[in-house]
Amino acid sequence: MIIPVWIIFASSTHSSLFINTNGLQFFLGDNFVENYSRVLFKKSGFFKEITAFKMFFNSFVMAIGIATLSVVTSLMAAYGLVYFKIKYATIIFWLIFITLLVPLELRIMPSYIIMSKLNLVNTFAGLILPISASAIATFFFRQFYKSIPDELLEAAKLDGTSSWRFFIDFLVPLSKTMIAAVFIFMFVFGYNQYLWPLIMTTSEQYWTVVMGLKTMYGSISDRFAFVIMSMIPPVIIIVFLQKLFIQGIFQSK
Amino acid sequence: MGFLELQNITKIYPNGTKAVDETSLNIDNGEFVVFVGPSGCGKSTLLRMIAGLEDITSGKISLDGNLINNIDPSERDVAMVFQNYALYPHMSVFNNMSYGLKNRGISKDEINNKVNDVAKLLEIDQLLSRKPSMLSGGQRQRVAMGRAIVRNPKIFLFDEPLSNLDAKLRNQMRLEIKKLQRQMGVTSIFVTHDQTEAMTLGDRIVVINNGVVEQVGTPKDIYSKPKTKFVAEFIGSPQMNLFQSKIENGLAKISDIQIKLNNTLNIEDACVGIRPDDILISDKGEYSSLANLVEYLGSDMIIYSSIGGQEFSCKLSSKINLKAGDIFKFDISPSTVHIFDNVTGYRA
Repeated sequence: MIIPVWIIFASSTHSSLFINTNGLQFFLGDNFVENYSRVLFKKSGFFKEITAFKMFFNSFVMAIGIATLSVVTSLMAAYGLVYFKIKYATIIFWLIFITLLVPLELRIMPSYIIMSKLNLVNTFAGLILPISASAIATFFFRQFYKSIPDELLEAAKLDGTSSWRFFIDFLVPLSKTMIAAVFIFMFVFGYNQYLWPLIMTTSEQYWTVVMGLKTMYGSISDRFAFVIMSMIPPVIIIVFLQKLFIQGIFQSK
Repeated sequence: MGFLELQNITKIYPNGTKAVDETSLNIDNGEFVVFVGPSGCGKSTLLRMIAGLEDITSGKISLDGNLINNIDPSERDVAMVFQNYALYPHMSVFNNMSYGLKNRGISKDEINNKVNDVAKLLEIDQLLSRKPSMLSGGQRQRVAMGRAIVRNPKIFLFDEPLSNLDAKLRNQMRLEIKKLQRQMGVTSIFVTHDQTEAMTLGDRIVVINNGVVEQVGTPKDIYSKPKTKFVAEFIGSPQMNLFQSKIENGLAKISDIQIKLNNTLNIEDACVGIRPDDILISDKGEYSSLANLVEYLGSDMIIYSSIGGQEFSCKLSSKINLKAGDIFKFDISPSTVHIFDNVTGYRA
């Protein structure tokens, strides 16, 4: 798996002319800085309105937004379902869970109509909101909360905690590992979105990396450089949170 | 009027199970009361109702003269030690102990002082920065107690706090709890299913069975004058021997042996209870029986035997030379015999 990635990376450091004449390269060339800075800041797209740098920024905002909102909404939804005496909590939970069966593509028209009526086309809010509630994350948190012994809540109650404080002081820190996992999962999910941003944006200003991959026209080494760079944000997030994840595993028991 | 007063407390769960039935109890200030009974008898439910963790179906609970039926658990001024300690796993020992104080809006300096004082008292002052997962069972137990003590409550509630410890540590902690309670003079209620714990800890013991209080009294009272057959069987180790018998004019007949009692009772369907250590082995004994099995316990030994198909055990010093298969002679003093009416279950 590493070798193809390496070949793309090595090739991206050569000039286009060199690759066109000599094929893919296994060893590094000397055009690294030149190629990458050109790709990052060159205006591209049909109207030459956006740079690769801006695409990265857009993708990053979108993915972070989706991941953060998913974590927050599903944490709270699960809290409500498990800890409050809601009469039909189980049925409500399964209703939420059933939405897993409905992929984004199926509800893409109604979602678009709602967003356009709210005047959110061509905004980050429009890109983020419709995919920022996750049934699977709610499921994970719900199962995790159910495994927390009742005595903990009872001890906290005797210690005078309110329902809000119990959530902030207990459930959030206790589910730290789970939050890291869901965050990684949702970040990658958000970063990889293609169809939704394609429909939601008419302005090139809001293009994301995945959209850019398809429309990148340029020399072959530029495209390779873009591909390599497009892999960096998820890798950073995973590496960064992996640490937290492992730490969490060792701390909580 | 007691410090803690329970009046006709009843708990019926939504599925119709009656966990506690019309229980009334008065507990004095500074008293150490133990609720004891087999598992599922309602003792924990009763404790949890006092703590406010369980709704009361009917009845009244008042603490220090105030009705607390509908008061939030945190405002009842009670502290509880749970069976599995329920320490907050993500917080350090210090934070575990100070969390309740912080929620009450007590100043930082005061919290520091209080926690440090209690930590010293319990000898856990070296552990304040550790997480619960880094502590041993006994240390966790201390932290759980520290968390209760630091709040300076009107009542301590202990919900089988020693059942997760090994035997040696359990005895040690038992002594320590007793000592601490004496030292601080805080009213305490301790729930356990272990009669040894109940006997050693309590100023008074409340024996509960099937949601009903069978007997309330000092350990001595309960041991020497059990009010019902259940209490007789439950308190004391080894268990009291119970023989089905017929009593005619103060003469108890257990198959072919007869015991002359100190009274002139007449009970058709009676139960005669004799504690294993009240069966006195002697060469001149009036009765004799065959030792089926001998259990050697170091200083004591327990002999299992039977009279007319009814098994019984006796406890005696292991200095006596007796093996399984031997015939032994014994005496029973009429004053140590407990008589119960099988129909009512009560002491006759």
